[in-house]
Amino acid sequence: MARFKVNGVEHDLDIEPEMPLLWALRDELGMTGTKFGCGIASCGACTVHVNGSAIRSCVTAVSTVEGQEITTIEGLANVAVGVNPLAPDPSAIQQAWIDHQVPQCGYCQSGMIMAVSSLLASNPNPTDAEIDSNITNVCRCGSYPRVRSAIRSLANV
Amino acid sequence: MKISRRKFLLSTAVVGGGVLIAYSATRPSRHKLANADLAEGEERYITSYLKVMPNNEVTIYVPHTEMGQGVHTSLAMMAADEMDAAWELVKIEQAPAIDLFANGDIVTGFAGEFGVPSFLMGLIGASSKAIAEIGNLQTTGGSASVRFTGETGMRVAGAAAREMLIECAANHWRVATEECTTSLSYVQHNASGRSLSYGELAADAALLEPPEAPILKDRSQFNIMGKSMSRVDIPAKVNGTAIYGIDAHSNEMLYAALRLAPVFGAKLVSVDASEAMSRRGVKRVIELEDSVAVVADSYWRAKEALNLVKSKFETTENDSVSSAEIFARFDEVLASENGSKDFEQGDTDAAMESAADVIEGNYRVPYLAHAAMEPMNCTVHFHDDMADVWTSTQDPLSIRGRVASIGGLAEEKVNYHISYLGGGFGRRLPFNWNVIDHATLIAKEFDVPVKTLLSREDDMQQDYYRPAVSSNFRAAFDANGNLLAWHNRFTGPIQTPGAARIPYAIENQSIRVVNGDTHVPIAAWRSVDHSQQTFFTESFVDEAAHRAGKNPYQFRLDLLQQHPRHRKVLEVAAKAAGYGRNLPAGRALGIAVQESFGSFAAEVAEVSIDANDQPVIHKITCAIDCGWAVNPDAAKAQVESGIIYGLTAALYGEITIKDGRVAQNNFPDYEMVRMATTPEIDVHIVESGEALGGLGEPSTPPIAAAVANGLFILTGQRVRELPLKNHNFSRSIPVAGI
Repeated sequence: MARFKVNGVEHDLDIEPEMPLLWALRDELGMTGTKFGCGIASCGACTVHVNGSAIRSCVTAVSTVEGQEITTIEGLANVAVGVNPLAPDPSAIQQAWIDHQVPQCGYCQSGMIMAVSSLLASNPNPTDAEIDSNITNVCRCGSYPRVRSAIRSLANV
Repeated sequence: MKISRRKFLLSTAVVGGGVLIAYSATRPSRHKLANADLAEGEERYITSYLKVMPNNEVTIYVPHTEMGQGVHTSLAMMAADEMDAAWELVKIEQAPAIDLFANGDIVTGFAGEFGVPSFLMGLIGASSKAIAEIGNLQTTGGSASVRFTGETGMRVAGAAAREMLIECAANHWRVATEECTTSLSYVQHNASGRSLSYGELAADAALLEPPEAPILKDRSQFNIMGKSMSRVDIPAKVNGTAIYGIDAHSNEMLYAALRLAPVFGAKLVSVDASEAMSRRGVKRVIELEDSVAVVADSYWRAKEALNLVKSKFETTENDSVSSAEIFARFDEVLASENGSKDFEQGDTDAAMESAADVIEGNYRVPYLAHAAMEPMNCTVHFHDDMADVWTSTQDPLSIRGRVASIGGLAEEKVNYHISYLGGGFGRRLPFNWNVIDHATLIAKEFDVPVKTLLSREDDMQQDYYRPAVSSNFRAAFDANGNLLAWHNRFTGPIQTPGAARIPYAIENQSIRVVNGDTHVPIAAWRSVDHSQQTFFTESFVDEAAHRAGKNPYQFRLDLLQQHPRHRKVLEVAAKAAGYGRNLPAGRALGIAVQESFGSFAAEVAEVSIDANDQPVIHKITCAIDCGWAVNPDAAKAQVESGIIYGLTAALYGEITIKDGRVAQNNFPDYEMVRMATTPEIDVHIVESGEALGGLGEPSTPPIAAAVANGLFILTGQRVRELPLKNHNFSRSIPVAGI
């Protein structure tokens, strides 16, 4: 059994405790916004928030998030602004992604946006070096320059 | 439909009082569906079509798949602009995978460019049957959508719609068509101040004959083309609602994890699945000719159970093949065979004999995987004597045909569900059938949908790879340092004719290809042969420039007198990059240029060496002449993307073969450029006003040579093998005077 909240909704699932959260979300709950990329926490496509912090769900067993609040890309826009009053609203991040025409194929962008929103919640005005060390997601289309300019546009909100 | 034998434009009334206008082309084909509505003896298929409804909404159907290149938006812009539709009233849909809608403009366009390209036909067995089946394609590839489908299909359909709507309004008002104008989805009669919306005219327009040859706009008349429009696919990609093939989902769905023969071509011998079958959720273990699959009620359970399956594959003659052996074989063939002609002019042998100086350079690049972010997958549901298919593909029609053929169904009994692609880069083109075939055979055992999904490791080890290539050069100079001869022998096969040829004015040239076949499956990889060949040719021409004691940029310009578009992009890139300025200590600029897919791209790389003797790429400046840009910001995004894709390959990309199989597993040993390693990228679109060129690929070819040429200036070390991560660079031997 596994019990956790996803985007504010409580779920009780009859699944193995070692099942990665990614597959619980995708196959058990049918929430496909969170993507499978590598399965070993290397690419970040599966990034979700646990209690507001980015984690890689492909290597996170559901037993380790028992009773926790999980936010996925589908619920990000509805999350209340975090404790940091300087952090941009999640919907502003999504809008910046549209304004800067960031996604190409878009497959990595759920994870990219979850990683960036977690970074900005704790550090609303990151330096380039902080962006580089925190945002390690892989994007095969090479949206990186636009990810950076979108983050820059959100700084000092 | 109203059809005349000679016409390419069709129109018909649609339910609800609208009109549908389509651009079609003829083809020799066995397909029946289109034939039902067509004049006897002549089959047509529709490449572009649009619909105007009474509520004034225009729906534009795009016959290409969206993999991030923005094609849904750019093709719709072309039709909407020609018909003077209000962009806000335009809806965009992808054309369904049925016979009526194929994109033969691409085949025709490529035929004009260099014959039907091999990547459209598979690499082996380009038989007459394969050629006939070209008519079955709905391909997205070859940087071709906008320049072929857009120019010869979408714009014509849009212009025809506009002329019909004008004719309809003029009839209504009893005025001459010349007195009417169009704007923002209305026809106006300025003399009387009257206007009618396209929606109001749609039902009557359906009664008119479409024009035979509608007049396209001049560029000065564009209202939508040439402006940066927001891509229509992006909003769904920021909130998790965009659906990719992997996202097919239903409650009764089953999941298959697949283990393919690790050595390409090996057959399955035996399986022990006893332990796997006892695992929770496991339904079946299925043995296929070259693989074994576990089917379970979740992917994770299937994959975990597959790890417990013991399988034995036959031994093959390739079980001990290694990359070293493959390259040794290449060297042997290059040394012993003269190969077949790619391009010859003058007398290279004689020029070598009489030369004052000859230089040599032997180059090679490894296999590369595509590594699209969405691992390969395919969901098939057999039910009621038919099948539904969900998979991310660059060619829905071919997928439909393949699933039908493997699944034993008629093509019209297969229903393909459109989705976005989580990257394509050539992996999802027709003839790269692994996963599609397996998913079909596995799903045939069930009456519920079955999703077959490769792990990242399997995706990397069961790809169709960019070929490893070895390429040997000699160049001859006269006593004044002028290039007399260019001698090049490289391993094939040639997938993109002309990629190894050079634009430089060298009187004597001999470029020949020798057999480079191995057991490793190969396919098109973003920019196809241009990515390897441009690294070779643009590096070696750089070697020649240095040997001649000339500035590599000026050396190129001097040899490009007959190629103004090459010259122009070199000049624009060099100027924007500040080529020739005093650089900070430890920095250098490398330059390269290549024409591919109808576009001309020059790149300048600003590089340095870090404390670990590894290259650092600070900035890439690119000038690209693609004729003109339909959607300029999306065009720049494609150029940025192609540069980063090529830079990843140059820095890190290496698939090695060990014991007949791929040695790499996942991103840690097949590393990617990420945020921290992405250089600043400065893109300049050079609008020559020439015919549209492609944009998805042409920025990839020059990047490796531009970087390597910069590193040479900095270190004196000539990189003749990629990737760069395998080299240690010394910062102590800068090349003087450049």
